[in-house]
Amino acid sequence: MLSSIEVDPLRRAEVARALRAVLPERCVLADPEDTRPYECDGLAAYRQLPMVVTLPDDEAQVLAILQVCRTLHVPIVPRGAGTGLSGGAQPLADGVVISTARLNRILKLEPCARTAVVQPGVRNLAISEAAAPFGLYYAPDPSSQIACTIGGNVAENSGGVHCLKYGLTVHNVLRARVCTIEGDVIELGGDALDAPGLDLLAVFIGSEGMLGIVTEVTVKLVPKPALAQVIMASFGDVAAGGNAVASVIAAGIIPAGLEMMDRTSSRMVEPFVKAGYDLEAAAILLCEADGTALEVAEEIARMAEVLREAGANAITVSRDEAERLRFWSGRKNAFPAAGRISPDYYCMDGTIPRKHLARVLARIEEMEMVYGLRCANVFHAGDGNMHPLILFDANQPGELQRAEDFGAAILALCVEVGGTITGEHGVGVEKIDSMCVQFGARELEAFFAVKRAFDPFTLLNPNKAIPTLNRCAELGRMRVSGGVLPFAGLPRF
Amino acid sequence: MQHIVEQFQEQVRDAARERRPLRICGGGSKDWYGQTVQGDPLDTRAYSGIVDYEPTELVITARCGTPLREIEAALAQQRQMLAFEPPHFGPDATLGGTIAAGLSGPRRASSGALRDFVLGARLLDGKGEVLTFGGQVMKNVAGYDVARLLAGSLGTLGLLLEVSVKVLPLPVAETTLRFSLAQPDAIRMLNEWAGKPLPLSASCWLDGVLALRLSGARAAVDDAVRSLGGEVMPDCARFWADVREQRHAFFAGDMPLWRLSLPSTAGAVALGSAQLIEWGGAQRWLRAPGDADSARRIRSAAAAAGGHATLFRGGDKSVGVFQPLAPAIARIHARLKAGFDPANIFNPGRMY
Repeated sequence: MLSSIEVDPLRRAEVARALRAVLPERCVLADPEDTRPYECDGLAAYRQLPMVVTLPDDEAQVLAILQVCRTLHVPIVPRGAGTGLSGGAQPLADGVVISTARLNRILKLEPCARTAVVQPGVRNLAISEAAAPFGLYYAPDPSSQIACTIGGNVAENSGGVHCLKYGLTVHNVLRARVCTIEGDVIELGGDALDAPGLDLLAVFIGSEGMLGIVTEVTVKLVPKPALAQVIMASFGDVAAGGNAVASVIAAGIIPAGLEMMDRTSSRMVEPFVKAGYDLEAAAILLCEADGTALEVAEEIARMAEVLREAGANAITVSRDEAERLRFWSGRKNAFPAAGRISPDYYCMDGTIPRKHLARVLARIEEMEMVYGLRCANVFHAGDGNMHPLILFDANQPGELQRAEDFGAAILALCVEVGGTITGEHGVGVEKIDSMCVQFGARELEAFFAVKRAFDPFTLLNPNKAIPTLNRCAELGRMRVSGGVLPFAGLPRF
Repeated sequence: MQHIVEQFQEQVRDAARERRPLRICGGGSKDWYGQTVQGDPLDTRAYSGIVDYEPTELVITARCGTPLREIEAALAQQRQMLAFEPPHFGPDATLGGTIAAGLSGPRRASSGALRDFVLGARLLDGKGEVLTFGGQVMKNVAGYDVARLLAGSLGTLGLLLEVSVKVLPLPVAETTLRFSLAQPDAIRMLNEWAGKPLPLSASCWLDGVLALRLSGARAAVDDAVRSLGGEVMPDCARFWADVREQRHAFFAGDMPLWRLSLPSTAGAVALGSAQLIEWGGAQRWLRAPGDADSARRIRSAAAAAGGHATLFRGGDKSVGVFQPLAPAIARIHARLKAGFDPANIFNPGRMY
């Protein structure tokens, strides 16, 4: 665990005073008792008390906060619901948190245009709930969707279990209204399907709060399919499961959801959710079809045939909505179940070309021996996004460090096979050192050029997501060209 | 192939040293698009070929000079496609030019834009360095999404060397229906249908006739044909290719062509001349003069309707091909340009 830095009380008083001069009293929190709830996000192993927390009511107040911070040269950390898993909203001892908690209104819902205009603090699921009476919903469904906000989704380019067919945040956001650190309000994208000039919206989405503060988002709503049905298939080994996924795609089918769990995961969740999983299977595949009744029947039949030919030992098709949700409940509750059987767990987020799945899982199994920790694997199989859950106990001396080393080794492996260190959780503070493995100095310099184009003062969420060249050099972990990675003993933090 | 990259690097470094602009060109099929650029040609065609294509990974990676038709043929062999259905505008279109132009075809409103499918890119920047962004996987949030920023950047940020794009299976079934509808009714119906779970994949309205393409599972298409009515259109593949490639009679002749990008629900924008409407109402083509007066009139009508206008083909480019940017956005553009291309050598002024 990182030790946190003391907040300088004089500086805090100065900044709080300047903020209170332009904001209502209730919008500024400076007492440690009030700021304590903001000391971490979903990456709870890392805690840091912020200097000041602000809770603006509207865009004018956001601009006022930005001006104070610009004048006093105070770094800013934007924060949605704080559900992020990579520490992107981790506060700074000398920084101001801008919480979007009060910017939580759905401003407009246009069923005919199939769009919703929402403030950044609106919860992901609240959009779909508001759209439901019109037969519409917002497609990206990260598993934290009950709590996570659209502002955070924009910052992280969040996905979900249906993104193979329906896309990520970047595919489902039409427009973002953004306050820049320079005090401008800019519109990225628009109500049309494109905007003139460079596609700044595309680069803004997934920028982890480092380029601007979003005050409004226009999202695309899509028609809710009439029906969804899921196949649960068992496989005797994970390689066969991986090949079955490839066979489904090769058959020209894009399932609405395509997820895999290894035996460790299914045994971990079954007592918790009683989903009826085959606990003898080395891998379980969940394969969903959606659409009209006839369409679903056609696709389920084709998928079942492909899975059978690919060597599935058992195939069960959900008979009704309750059963479908039950099949999914195990997968969706994998993280809480990990928390139930282990004092702590560390969730990884690497993405790999799917063809390397068996090889990567075999290597992870070897690493379990090396690091002396267990690992359960859940996998967005359709798009190659893996979530190995490393189980550990932070109260045992050295276990957190071993878990982090194990995690860094998995990420290096993902890069080695042509993948990436993060598919949907973001880099934040957590994976910043692994960025040195994935990118070389030139790319990092280009990222800083992008950063400076939006934030010339480097005040927005500084030192997250993109490591400085110095940092990488100190770690001795600049990407090795030629692709050979010194893998054992890669230190982390 | 490495020696070709080295030649490019040398040419770029020389150009940067001497501050001599380069005009990136592939097959030249879209030379007419955007502002006119002066500069020494940087021909991409020698750097050609598919680098990696695994149908089960739904990703193809190819070099910039690869002919688009070669890529589409390789995909078709595996019953896959570029779902953004890019226009070629000539037999020699290359992948690099296609990505740099950023144009999407009839399937745009239902499947997504070209940039939605870009997963990764290798870029030669203004210092002659090769940079790699994104990758070959569908989910990747490591670093800023520069690969998507390059889509539609018209070669102003650097030379695209290699691009990875997501591909999709060809639909099993496809049918086109025709309806007699006046413009306001067509726009209303298109938006209404788009809010229902129907397998829509393209639309085109002209002169009181709406063509609606349905693609997907056989059952879904048959269902939709039954519920929507209309008249089944024969030989529809040719029709959609002609719309995409602007070979349709609407696009013939010398009158400049304007592209209006509007919210799909925008009512009929009366500008006194014929319009062809695609993308469920979101893309409207207009034949109208390309002089300063018309530009002012068309741009303010597009802005009032919530969108923007491009002088797509022909006309007087001095009126500005693209809708002017807000000053704060233009400033970000200028800084990005300076970051990637400090000597301002790549297609200077092609966009603004």
